[in-house]
Amino acid sequence: MNPLGLIVLPVIGAAAAAFGPARWAKWTAFVASLAVFALSVVVAVQFPEWRTGNYWPNTNEGGALKAFGVSLLLGGDSVNMLLLLLTTFMMPLTLAGSFTAVTEREREYYGWFMLLEAALMLAFLSRDLILFYVGYEFTLVPMYFLISIWGGQQRRAAAIKFFIFTFMGSIFTLAAAIYVAARAADANGAWDFSIAGLTRFGSESLSNREQFWVFLGLMAGFAIKTPVFPVHTWLPLAHDQAPTGGSVILAAVLLKLGTYGVYRLALPMAPAGAVETATFFGVLGVLAILATAMICWVQTDAKKLIAYSSVSHMGFVVMGLFAFNPIGMQGSVMYMVCHGLSTGALFLCIGMMYERFHTKEMDAMSGLARHMPIWSTFMVIFTLASVGLPGLNGFVGEFLCLMGTFVAEHDQPAGYPGVMGPWFAVVAGVGLILGAMYLLLLLGKIVWGPLKVPGAHDDPHEHAHGDKGHGGLPRDLSFREIAILVPIAAACIGIGVYPKIMLDVTEPSAANALVAFPEKVNAWNAAHGKTAPAKVALQTEEVSR
Amino acid sequence: MSAAVSVAERIGALVPEMIVFGGSVVVSVTGLSPKRSVRAATPFLSVLTLVAALVALTKGWGGSTTAGLLLPGVGPFARGLILLMGVGGAALAAGLVDRRYEEAVARGAAAFDPIRVVRGEFFAFMLLSICGALLIPGSPDLIWLFLALELTSLPTYIMVAMSRGTRRAQEASVKYFFLGALSTAILVYGFALIYGSTGSLQLTEIRAAFAQQSAMGGIDAIGTIGLLLVTIALCFKLAAAPMHFYAPDVYEGAAAPVTGLLSFLPKMAGFSALLLVVDAAGWGGLANAGNGLPPALQATLWMVTVLTMTLGNVGALLQRSAKRMLAYSSIAHSGYMLMAIVAGPELGLPALLFYLLAYGVTNNAIFGALSGIERNGQEVEKVEDLAGLARRHPGAATWLAVGSASLMGMPPFLGFWAKLVLFIAVV
Repeated sequence: MNPLGLIVLPVIGAAAAAFGPARWAKWTAFVASLAVFALSVVVAVQFPEWRTGNYWPNTNEGGALKAFGVSLLLGGDSVNMLLLLLTTFMMPLTLAGSFTAVTEREREYYGWFMLLEAALMLAFLSRDLILFYVGYEFTLVPMYFLISIWGGQQRRAAAIKFFIFTFMGSIFTLAAAIYVAARAADANGAWDFSIAGLTRFGSESLSNREQFWVFLGLMAGFAIKTPVFPVHTWLPLAHDQAPTGGSVILAAVLLKLGTYGVYRLALPMAPAGAVETATFFGVLGVLAILATAMICWVQTDAKKLIAYSSVSHMGFVVMGLFAFNPIGMQGSVMYMVCHGLSTGALFLCIGMMYERFHTKEMDAMSGLARHMPIWSTFMVIFTLASVGLPGLNGFVGEFLCLMGTFVAEHDQPAGYPGVMGPWFAVVAGVGLILGAMYLLLLLGKIVWGPLKVPGAHDDPHEHAHGDKGHGGLPRDLSFREIAILVPIAAACIGIGVYPKIMLDVTEPSAANALVAFPEKVNAWNAAHGKTAPAKVALQTEEVSR
Repeated sequence: MSAAVSVAERIGALVPEMIVFGGSVVVSVTGLSPKRSVRAATPFLSVLTLVAALVALTKGWGGSTTAGLLLPGVGPFARGLILLMGVGGAALAAGLVDRRYEEAVARGAAAFDPIRVVRGEFFAFMLLSICGALLIPGSPDLIWLFLALELTSLPTYIMVAMSRGTRRAQEASVKYFFLGALSTAILVYGFALIYGSTGSLQLTEIRAAFAQQSAMGGIDAIGTIGLLLVTIALCFKLAAAPMHFYAPDVYEGAAAPVTGLLSFLPKMAGFSALLLVVDAAGWGGLANAGNGLPPALQATLWMVTVLTMTLGNVGALLQRSAKRMLAYSSIAHSGYMLMAIVAGPELGLPALLFYLLAYGVTNNAIFGALSGIERNGQEVEKVEDLAGLARRHPGAATWLAVGSASLMGMPPFLGFWAKLVLFIAVV
């Protein structure tokens, strides 16, 4: 079976939603996104090759587009498939979450959303660098329009800032990738942009100095997308101004494009550069965790608080990636998925609150547990998942990222030496406490305490209809809204209780990504006066790429 | 002189150009017709002429002798591209000139007076300019090249003034004319020096002479200076630094369809001519390191490229007017395309030709959208004038968005692939 269907189906959905009757636009898009989800599940079940670290479909045939070394090479290993499933899972829920929130220009809204899904599918399924880049970059276009048309007061500024930041960064990414491809073309005599080939060439044949610059170039784009601490400034504004659906997809999936790029491209393609800069990015990761946690602490806007918490959480992912051991790598993949679920759900919850009260100010409300018990229950579940309470999904990823960092020392006998070590983990661990503090502060302010409902006094609507809120919505969650949140909550609890299902499948992929690392790390440590481990017992499995 | 190709054969290869020239004569007459329907048919006749020329080109009527020409492979592609873009330009310009006057005549508010209409001349000049551009890629010698370049440029000066009845258009036209005359003078001086150095006007012989000089220790000073002068003069046609100053004013002054034509036709002509000149100077040969050009020319091209890209992009950022911004963007794109020349012919030539195609198509889309908006009675001056366009003109807004994204190099649009191929060539 050809995975092309996963890309074509959303495009058809987009066309149907954009050019069909306006009344049906939302249903068209919803049904299309459900169909994409069903297709992705069928693919995941029917073709289990991806779980073993192999690529599915296991072919190197380029397809029709073979000019200039660009080929239509699609497929994925476990990491691709997990992120793909996350996308297809969140997409129908996000669309359903927009049914009452978006009432203007519905056809365009749902059309752009389905186009966004198509771009994401392309990015996560491409095994060709240029094709990946096409998908990666094209996500900007629908997102730009989603923010600038259906966003808040400063939507234009937010959309432009979002676009320019990410576009600028990714130009460096493309330049670095083309450099590697050009060197490979010199060596092989023909252009080829397949990710596997470029990865092998980059890690084996480029000098350390070249790898350093290639790595920085690739990271320029991915770090902005992730976002890594000092270049995160586009994110709070974009999140704050985007419509609820846009925020959800931005947090749940779009940010993962950055970390996926690091995982799939930057690290394996330029391992020496990664090792060289690991302490730098490690420090940035710690800074992101701590500094943004404190920024969250002073927010008065609930949505902004969650937006900043994303930056803080992505700091853990960055640390896990730069630990250079399977624990950290698997932890970061785990955390990508878990953050997508819990933060996406938090944005949905805040959106539902906003639809009722038309404010996101935390000071304007309190004690909503009495007013909206169902909403409050979900809010508590997702906040705790985001905090990292054991038994919920956030804990597993966070713990693994920290553990990976902790054991990333130069004298690890386990076979994967690193350059960070306990100190990084200990300082980042403080972030766990800060995270609990600001997220519980959010809960304490709006869920607990004396009941205060915004607009309860000056809004006759509220009195006249008793249980009805704004926009014909019931006071507490409607059946539709509950149906949106239940699957996410189930996924959060399921992964939290039994993370093994994900850890098993990501292990071979992580080992693949780390093939070149122990040697480079030992060389770097030796050059910096640290001894290599006495005995290097590599545990790499024989897996074909 | 080794005139291996007879004049008859040379002329036989020019059927498309002759069709376009004939069309320009016909069009200049129909534009003056007292019958309104005939006058209204003028733009259609222009389009028809260009389509006929395109058919003649693809069918190869009259044969296509390539003996004695440099870069014979470029000719058919470049001419086809010029004709295609010409079709777009002529179609966009339909209904542009004399619009108010024609409406007045139709209402009966004014009597028809052949002295007052300029539509025929406008389209005749457009076809003449296209005819000039068509002649460039197949130039066998410097005289031909010079005349073809002038035939491309001269009508455009007048078209700028004619396109809008405003003073600004006339000011732009005068500026354009004087700076164009300056560049022509530099060009001719450069040609004269090249002739002095090589003793021939035939491009093939010039190439042989330059190759000989390179083998003997480098092209002599007179020849080098000649090449540099020609390059700088052609920068005017490309709107490349340091000869780019006219572009923003002229683009702003002219009506959108003319601006669209101006941003493509002279650039296409300039690049066709520049390709011939650098090829004569040993482009891609082994005489010199890098792309084979003499070191002085290489250094100049580098500087021009970098300056053009930087000035174009930075300048575009500072603009408030949509057309001025597009002018600077067009300058920057010239810089990108010049990179392909610096890169050498092996990958650079296909990359350049593909980029020209992508640029031309995209530009036509953008200026088509702007023309559509202008035709509806709105002047597009500032960028703010375009605010809320998606509501007023959804179609134009879509074209503008797609065109801008393509110019930006946003995947998966055409501009991205053009840039990608170009970067691959440069790396």
